[in-house]
Amino acid sequence: MLFRATLFLATGVALAFLALPVIAIFARVPPDELVASLGTEAAKDALVVTAKTNAISMVLILAFGTPAAYWIATRSSRLRDAVVTLVELPLVLPPAVAGIGLLAAFGRLGLLGGTMEAFGIDIAFTQVAVVLAVTFVASPFYVRTAVAAFESIDPTLPSAARTLGAGPARVFGRISLPLAAGGLGAGAALAFARGIGEFGATIMFAGSLQGTTQTLSLAVYEQFDLDFDVALAISAVLVVISGTVLLSVKLLSRWRSGSTTPIPFAPSTPTSR
Amino acid sequence: MALRIDYTHSLRAFDAHVALTVARGETLALVGPSGAGKTTTLRVVAGLLTPGSGHVEVDGETWLDTSSGIDRQPERRRVGYLFQEYALFPHLDVEANVRFGAPRGASVQQLLDRFRIGDLARVRVRELSGGERQRVALARALARNPAVLLLDEPLSALDAHTKAAVRAELQELLRELGLPTVLVTHDFEDASALADRIGVIVQGRIVQEGTGRELVARPLDAFVASLTGATLLYGTARLSANGLTEVVLDDGGAAWSTDQGAGRVGLAIYPWEVSLGRTAPDDSAVNHLTGVISSIVPVGNRVRVAVGELVAEIAAVSLERLGLGEGDSVVASFKATAARIVPLA
Repeated sequence: MLFRATLFLATGVALAFLALPVIAIFARVPPDELVASLGTEAAKDALVVTAKTNAISMVLILAFGTPAAYWIATRSSRLRDAVVTLVELPLVLPPAVAGIGLLAAFGRLGLLGGTMEAFGIDIAFTQVAVVLAVTFVASPFYVRTAVAAFESIDPTLPSAARTLGAGPARVFGRISLPLAAGGLGAGAALAFARGIGEFGATIMFAGSLQGTTQTLSLAVYEQFDLDFDVALAISAVLVVISGTVLLSVKLLSRWRSGSTTPIPFAPSTPTSR
Repeated sequence: MALRIDYTHSLRAFDAHVALTVARGETLALVGPSGAGKTTTLRVVAGLLTPGSGHVEVDGETWLDTSSGIDRQPERRRVGYLFQEYALFPHLDVEANVRFGAPRGASVQQLLDRFRIGDLARVRVRELSGGERQRVALARALARNPAVLLLDEPLSALDAHTKAAVRAELQELLRELGLPTVLVTHDFEDASALADRIGVIVQGRIVQEGTGRELVARPLDAFVASLTGATLLYGTARLSANGLTEVVLDDGGAAWSTDQGAGRVGLAIYPWEVSLGRTAPDDSAVNHLTGVISSIVPVGNRVRVAVGELVAEIAAVSLERLGLGEGDSVVASFKATAARIVPLA
């Protein structure tokens, strides 16, 4: 009896602790005032910057990440492990380190800075920098999940397709891609959520200039000093986006496209082929 | 020769070295324990596995020749490959599965009708029964008009009830197609029903090749004998005064064989050559072993009766007439010609 009561109590405390800050965001200011606060220039600018930079990032992540994930998933296990570790590094890197790293690579005094300056390109503190920062921190979420999705395809299916006359490109397009679709969608949603919330690397590499590089997350931080209600309103928007993403990941994971349903964050295991 | 294979490939525990030829219209079955290299052989033919060295030739076309660097991609080899679990594409319906293998723009209606899956055209494959899946997989494999047919355990995914009917259909189909066919199975009965020739493959090598009848008549060793369904007794053989070979059995008693042999041997006896009686019959059988019935398993209209180390397969009505049951003492009899002396594997 005592044990069950303890369990119950601990669970209650944990849930309340996790839910309270989220509820507080919506509870402090009436909904109509929240919506009104979104009308301020700072909030509108941040929304536009965030939407634009994240849309470009997602396109880049999908366009480069999907082939990369497929390549990794179809390699032998030793090479695969090494490459996957490299891809996962940004996941565990402190955001400030990611920002410094991006500056050191693409900044004016960075590794590629000289070359880029010669071509008249200076990306530090521009929207390009925001896109790079978001892509850097968010893409591992997608690639990792996508590798797992491709690897969970029964290897006899691509083999069967080959014997039926399909070349590697057709196997990818007609078999692997549709079978991995559920996992790819879940990975994209996770990457999107991470990209929207990006803060550390962006503020170091791109700064927080309203209308140019100030994303929603950066705006929350700035408005926190200027107008707490606006900060709350933007936070509410981010909560809604995050909640939607989480929900869609769950739904995509459940939506079985054929044999493939990788669970995001589940350890991916190489398939022998 | 329609299909000629000769390859060496190192597998985990041993090197597979398989050389075989299959004529047009002929079906060769590869039978053996799992991991012996049966499926490896199919994969080499299909181009899904490039062996360490080897040669694959179909109708005079070289598909693989490691010495001259020829290795055609799987999509450029015309094989009809039936995978073990059929490998149907789960995200496509029946028609799209079959059409996947067909040339662009070609109609597959005829194939669907031929395999009686026309009504299932729009059905997702996961809703199909085992027998239907097999028909879809066969239709798909034939859609690209293959030059060779490769069947990997075509019947193992089916339940016993469906299996008999599907086996008869498959037999008919193979005859109709007239393609060189390589069939992989672990079931000797399926092999002898479907194939013209059987190759017994052990540890990557074909140890014996022949028709099912030939293998049963002269199994190379104890392993092949047991694979073909014989019961094995073990003992020591020596020439006996009556001109027969006497085998003193390890479990007591002795048996006589018309085969030659000496030293440690196996004695292979097929269940359908063993008769049972309450007393030793007065007929041409010279071998009589007395034992207790340990199990009775019905197989169709017959029963398999285990008597000590022996198994007798007799008509169910005969067992009824004898009034025998488990635990009863019985005499198992078989002729000296039915006792085949085989070297130990």
